[in-house]
Parts: sequence; C-alpha cells; structure tokens
Amino acid sequence: MADIQLERVRKMFGKVQAVADVSLAIREGEFMVLLGPSGCGKTTLLRCLAGLERVDEGRILIGGDDVTDRPPGKRGIAMVFQSYAVFPHMTVFDNIAFGLRMQRAAAGEIQRRVDEGAQLLQIQQLLARYPAQLSGGQRQRVAVARAIVMRPRVLLMDEPLSNLDALLRLQMRSELKRLHHDVRSTTVYVTHDQVEALSLGDRISVMKDGRIVQCDTPDRVYDVPATQFVGSFIGSPPMNFLEGVLRASDGAVVVETGGVRLPFPRVPARAAAHVLIGIRPEHVTVDRTPEPGGIPATVVVVEPIGPQKLLTLQAGTSTLKVTTPVEFAVQQGQGVWLRFDPSRIRLMDPRTGDAIVS
Amino acid sequence: MTVAEQRVEQALPPVRPQSVDWLPYVLLLPTVVFLAVFFVYPMLQAFVLSFRSPDGALTVRYFQAMFRDTYFSSALRNSFLLTALIIPLQIFLALVIALLINTRFHGHAWFLFICAIPLGISDLAAGLIWSSFFTERGYLNLILQNLGVIEQPITFLTFERPAWLYGAIVATEVWRATAIVMVILVAGLQLIPKDYFETADVFGASGWRKLRHVTLPLLRPALQTALIIRTILAFQLFATVIVMAGRIVPVMAGEAYFQYGLYRNINLASAYAVVIMVMSMAITVLYLWLLRTKEAEAGRG
Amino acid sequence: MSAPGRKALLAALVVLISAWVLFPILVIALASFTTRTQLYAWPRSLLPSPFSIETMRFFFQSQGVLQALLNSLLVAALTIVLAVAIGAPAGYALSRFHFGGKEAFRLGILGTKMFPATILAVPLAVSFINWNLYDTLLGVALVHTALALPFAVVITTSVFVGVPFELEEAAMTLGCSRGQAFWRVAMPIAIPGLAAAAIFTFVLSWNEVFAATILTLRNRTLPALVMNAVGLAGAPIDYRFAGGFFMIIPAIIIIFVIRRYLLTLWGITVR
Repeated sequence: MADIQLERVRKMFGKVQAVADVSLAIREGEFMVLLGPSGCGKTTLLRCLAGLERVDEGRILIGGDDVTDRPPGKRGIAMVFQSYAVFPHMTVFDNIAFGLRMQRAAAGEIQRRVDEGAQLLQIQQLLARYPAQLSGGQRQRVAVARAIVMRPRVLLMDEPLSNLDALLRLQMRSELKRLHHDVRSTTVYVTHDQVEALSLGDRISVMKDGRIVQCDTPDRVYDVPATQFVGSFIGSPPMNFLEGVLRASDGAVVVETGGVRLPFPRVPARAAAHVLIGIRPEHVTVDRTPEPGGIPATVVVVEPIGPQKLLTLQAGTSTLKVTTPVEFAVQQGQGVWLRFDPSRIRLMDPRTGDAIVS
Repeated sequence: MTVAEQRVEQALPPVRPQSVDWLPYVLLLPTVVFLAVFFVYPMLQAFVLSFRSPDGALTVRYFQAMFRDTYFSSALRNSFLLTALIIPLQIFLALVIALLINTRFHGHAWFLFICAIPLGISDLAAGLIWSSFFTERGYLNLILQNLGVIEQPITFLTFERPAWLYGAIVATEVWRATAIVMVILVAGLQLIPKDYFETADVFGASGWRKLRHVTLPLLRPALQTALIIRTILAFQLFATVIVMAGRIVPVMAGEAYFQYGLYRNINLASAYAVVIMVMSMAITVLYLWLLRTKEAEAGRG
Repeated sequence: MSAPGRKALLAALVVLISAWVLFPILVIALASFTTRTQLYAWPRSLLPSPFSIETMRFFFQSQGVLQALLNSLLVAALTIVLAVAIGAPAGYALSRFHFGGKEAFRLGILGTKMFPATILAVPLAVSFINWNLYDTLLGVALVHTALALPFAVVITTSVFVGVPFELEEAAMTLGCSRGQAFWRVAMPIAIPGLAAAAIFTFVLSWNEVFAATILTLRNRTLPALVMNAVGLAGAPIDYRFAGGFFMIIPAIIIIFVIRRYLLTLWGITVR
C-alpha cells in the first residue's frame, strides 16, 4: 500500500499531446478514478503510471520512490487490462500464480496465495481450466485475481468492466467495491462510464484533452462541477445549461433568463455579464400553470423511462432535459413553466466554460 | 477543490531524451546480413562472372558466345513460349477451382485438399510422374493398347513430335503449379467481405456480372501477386523439361545447368543467369506497370 | 441455367478436376508397385499383377540413394533451424515495432521472393569453392535458408501479429523483463504458427532441385541425385518411376496433416 505522486507528467505521441502537464497526488489506500471521454489521455496516464509508456517530462513517485525510469516489473504495481490479457496457454492457476513465480516465491506460499485470491474472486472451482473454457466474466475475475495476489503497492485497472454485458457489469462493480473495502489497496481506475466513477471512486479526476479538469469527491464533482464540460459529462441525463445575464437588482443579485429573474443566493466572485446557468434535471420543477419565477417552456418530447418521465423542453433558444414523476400528466407541444432550485444553480462563464465561484 | 489547488508548484524537471529504440534493428540484422550475403552478393557476382575474363579485364565475349550458341536462341524462344502457354491455362484453371471452392459446396474441404496436393510436388517429381504417362512403356500407350487403338507403343516424346513435347511439358507444369495460384486466389476470395456479394444480389446482378464487376476487381491484388511470381518461375522451368525432353527442348535454366555441369564454363553459365535475372525484373516491372495503370483507371487508390 | 442443371455442372467439374489431379499420382503409384520386368513388358495389363515392391527396392538400393535420402533430411533439418532462428526475430520486429526503414525492408523481402535458385546457384558455386562450402550439406542448407527466409519472415510476422502485445505487457507488469515476457508468453502461443513455417521450409528444402544439383558433387541430396541420374546419365524407367513416387510421399503426407492450416499459411504470404 503506497501513495502516488505524479509531478508535471507529459507524454507526446508524435505531434499529439496525450498527457499535458498532469500533477496528481493519490493517498494511500485511496480508490482514484480517472474519468473522461475517449482520447482524453486517461489510459495513457495509467500506462505511464504502470511503466508501459515512458514519460517525456515529469516524475512519478510510488511510496516515495522515484519510479520514473523503472520498468513495469519493478514498480510494485499490478494491472488489470481492458481485454483481461489472460494467458491462453496456461491454466487459471498458473495465470494467477505467474507473478508469484516470477518472484520465485516458495511453492507452498504460491498455493496459499492463489487459493486466497481465487476465494476472494469466487473462482476456486475454475483453477484447473484453461481461459478458452471460461466466459468473459470469469476471465475478468482471473485477471483481477492475478493482480491482487501480488499484493501490489498500487493496483491499476484499465476499464475492466467495459467488455462485460450490462447485468454482469453491475454485479462486478459492486464486487469490486467490496473487494476494495476488504483489501484496501491504492487503486487507480480508468473508465469512461460516469456511473462507475461515481459509484466506485473515493475521488474522481475528470480528464479532457490530456489535462485533469477537476479532481474531487464524487459528491462534489456531481454537485459543484468545475467546468461546463464536467457538468455535462457527469450525470445522466447531463446538466442543463441556459444562457442568462447576471445583474444587481434592488441590492440583491439576480440571474435573468427568458425574461424571468431568478434570485441568486450567493455573491459571485467576479462580476460577469453573460453567464451560463447550470441546473441538473432533477432540480427543475415543472408546473402546468405559471408560478412566480417560472420560466416558460414548450414540451418537445415526452419519454417514459420506467421510474420517471424524461421531458425534452425548449425554453427560448435553450434545450433542457427534465425528469418528472411518472404520474405527471403532460403532452407534447404543451406549454409549461420551469422553476429552478436556487441553491442548485451553478453559473459558468460562457467564454471559458469555467465555473464562476462564489 | 479545483485543479489550481492541486498543482504542485515546482521547478520544471529536465526533459527526458527519447531513446532511439535499437531493438528492432538488432532483431532484423541477421536476416538482412544473411540475405545480403546469399542473395545480393551472388546477384552481383553473376554480373561480375559474366563480364570478366580470367585475366580480370571487362569483356563481352561470353555474352557474344552465348548469343552465337545455337542452343541460346532456341532456349530463349522456348522459355517464352512455354511461359506464354502455361500461365493463361494456370490462371484460368486456378480461378475455376477457387470459385468452385468458394461456393462451399458439401465436401469442399476435401476438394481443396486434393487440389492442394501438387503444392508438395517438386518440378522434378512432376516430370517423373508425367513421364510415366507419356513415355514409351508409359500408361498413355498402355491405355490406348488396352482399348485396342494401337498395337505397338508410340514414342510421344521425341523431337519428331514437337507438339507432343511441348504439350507434355505444359500439361505437367500446369498440373503441378496450378495449386500455388489456386491457394493464393482462394485466400484472396475469402478476404472479400460477403457484403459486396450481397449488395450485388440486392441490385439483381447475375452470376456472370457479379464475377466480372465484383469478384475479379477485388481479386486483382491477389491475381497480380500470383501472376508475377508464377511468370518468373515459369520462365525458369528446369527439371520438368529435362526429365521429359532432355535437351531436345532447350530452356534458359537448363542451358545454365548444362554450361555449368557439362561444359564447366562458369562464365557462360553466369551469362545465362544474368539474362534470366534481367528477364525476371523486366517481367515484374511490366506486370506492375500494366496492372497499376488499370487500377488507377478504376479509380482505386 | 436451372438450379439442378447448375448443380450437375458444378459436380461434374469437381469430379473432373479431382480426377485430373489424382490420376497421375495413381499412375505413378501403380508403376512403382509393378515388377521391373513387367515395366518393360509390352503389351501388359493396366493393373500390376502381382503387386510388388521390387521396383521400389531397386530404387533404394541404387547407388547413393539411401545416403542422398539422409542428406536431404539433414539439409532440410538444418534449413528449418536456420530459417526459423533467423527469420522469427525479424518477424517479431516487424509485428511489434514501427521504425525507419520498415517499408523498405518489407519490399526487400518481397523482392527476394521473385529471384529463386537459378540465379543464385551459379555464382554461389564459385564463391563456395573459395569459402570451402562447395559440395557440403551446410552449403546447400545455407542456400535453402536464403530461399526460405522470406517466407519464414512473412509467416512469423503474421504469427506474432496474432499474439496480442497486451499479453507481453501483462507479463511485464507481473515482473518479467522484455525478453522474459517474449519467451514465456509470446513464444509458447506462437509455436503452432512457427511449426507451420517449419513445415513450409521442409517442403521447400526437400523439393529444391537446381541449387542442390549445382552445389554438390558427391554429397548429393535426393533431388540432386535423381536429377543427375536422369539428366546426364539417362536413368531407366523403373528408377525414374520409383524415385518420383518416393519423392512425393513426404509432401503428400504433410499436406494431408496440415490441410486445415493451408489457407492460413498462404493467406498470409499473399500480402
């Protein structure tokens, strides 16, 4: 178990900057998620941590050791690959024992640790089989077991759940959470699935274009996104954004949009004229009759999605998505009024996308 | 917390030089060296031997001797003639077989195996096999006699029957080497995605039209490869000819062999080798030029 | 054409072509199992009666045949070892790395496929005399290796492309060096493909006639021996028939054994 320090790490592939000046401190025993869309650099960053890519600039420290120039085998890491990379020519037992054998552990020790790992992942009955005889989910467990028995200082996971079907993914996700609770290893986990990130991470680093845009607990990433990008990437359906104007009125601060003035409870850190109003779908109330502070909008689409209804609305030039209870009677083309929970409004600078902090 | 609070303010660490990975070059080195010594060097050596007299001076007298040699013109003519007869037959047959196999009829795997048997047969063995058919006491005569067509055996493979000689050689080589083209074409056909054929079906294309407009164009790269390799090898036909016709049908490779083995004239043998080399290169260039132009016309990059 | 009419035509073609391929082999098999006197007899029946291995035995007992057979096997074995040992690393390099000169190397390999034995053998005969390799099995094996190398490289490249690099990366994260990862993970998975390359090389070496004939005098391989017997000495037909039949047996057996991998073998050399 060790902490990780990434200091100003940079990695180029030819002319493309895959990782651009990333610094990150990960605590011992922490489950850190690297989240972002394809091409944001999260996998590259993970591979730099693993030693499978050489960084162009910067340093990597694991447990205080500078491992920047060390090969993967000498960093005290273990990795679970997206494709599992289970060795097809070895039995499950030999797969799991592989790293221990490379360390020249005693046969008794190997037997003990492999059994332990197999039990943790519930694959004891598969030890004599070959990977070709296993399902995808089973192979994934073998990959995880193979990494865990190494008792690594750092456990790295590259989208390990992506290749599983939806039901299995759900199941494995909770198992990974339980595993982390039992084993408590420092884990760095790469995913593009924001639900996975919110569920598993102690902290989430949201990445875009090779940089970490926000590094925070899941609650704060969800509630207080640092940029418009984070707001719209996290949450399903994502955060809504409307154009508005910030002004002072009668000694208080208001945000004006669609001809309606909304009281803004906090004082923004800087004066701004035009703003983007960010509000999550579940914090919008839909009224069939006009209410004070209600923004007029038209219903464009009504989608029943099981436990709720998902409405797509047009308010002025902005399109919003809002969830309502199933019983809410509403029709396509109907005019409605929207009220925002003022404490949940997040303001963004329309030019830079950054949050306007209070 | 935002990114700004995470940033560790530090002096910029030194830029890491990207090490030139020499590993691939080391792995390739043995192959490069080996091929240089045993391919490039002999090729150059052939030129040297054919142009240099024993006292070290450059001379064309070996080439002159070769051109004047009675066997030379026949050998050149025969090599071209045989190639011109063999290649079209091979390509056509290989295409027929490949298309048959591609229909995946019941038992096509066995058919593939049978047609692939000649892959393992050398031109020497093929010559011996077919001469057992055409020779005086061979099976062609035997069959004819058993059918009551003839009384005495006919000598088919004699210089009095040049058509039979050429025919037998062509038949043997076609029988042997069609498998090589066939396998290339079968592989090429399997690489064509089924979508193309299904699209053609949707547009109502008949069997012939599908062949002409879908299959053959997509098969062009495979055909090109097969054509180049087979033409060059057909031009170098050696053992089959000698076994079946001796020196009655001179060929270029055979002459190189006799110059070396019989007359011990290494320079003349090298001259023949050089001509073969030049012809091979010319053939390659010709094919590439011919087939590349057509590709450009077809609008494919 | 109607569907059943079409099927009949297809079936007829298949039968015809199969017969065309198999008939000469049948013929030489018949000839090889006919007694020597019968072979010269005229007229005679189509089928040998009695079946006899006399002709085959005559061939084996002819001068130098047994030794030549041994030589052929030795040369083939040597060629396989050399071709795979030299070609496999190159195949690995081509499958894993991007580097300057890669395309040039690839084209070079392709180019050598177009210049077979006839051209190499004559000048090499002279060089071999200088290098003390003339009339040695090693010399022939070296030339055969040169002929087999391009195929070995192409086949092994394809084989290693089929082994995901992630497997070696996984091994490296578990404590292997680059070399250990290759040896413990990539190699075992590649063995079937390497075996295919080895078999291909065997057939190539076993069948090679021209270079073997030119480069040997007394230490002949089987094709060289037979070639000389037929080409220069005019061997009798019983010798020729038995020799021809015997030379194709190993190849046919091999083709039968690897028939499933045939297309993989050639599918990848097409490129």
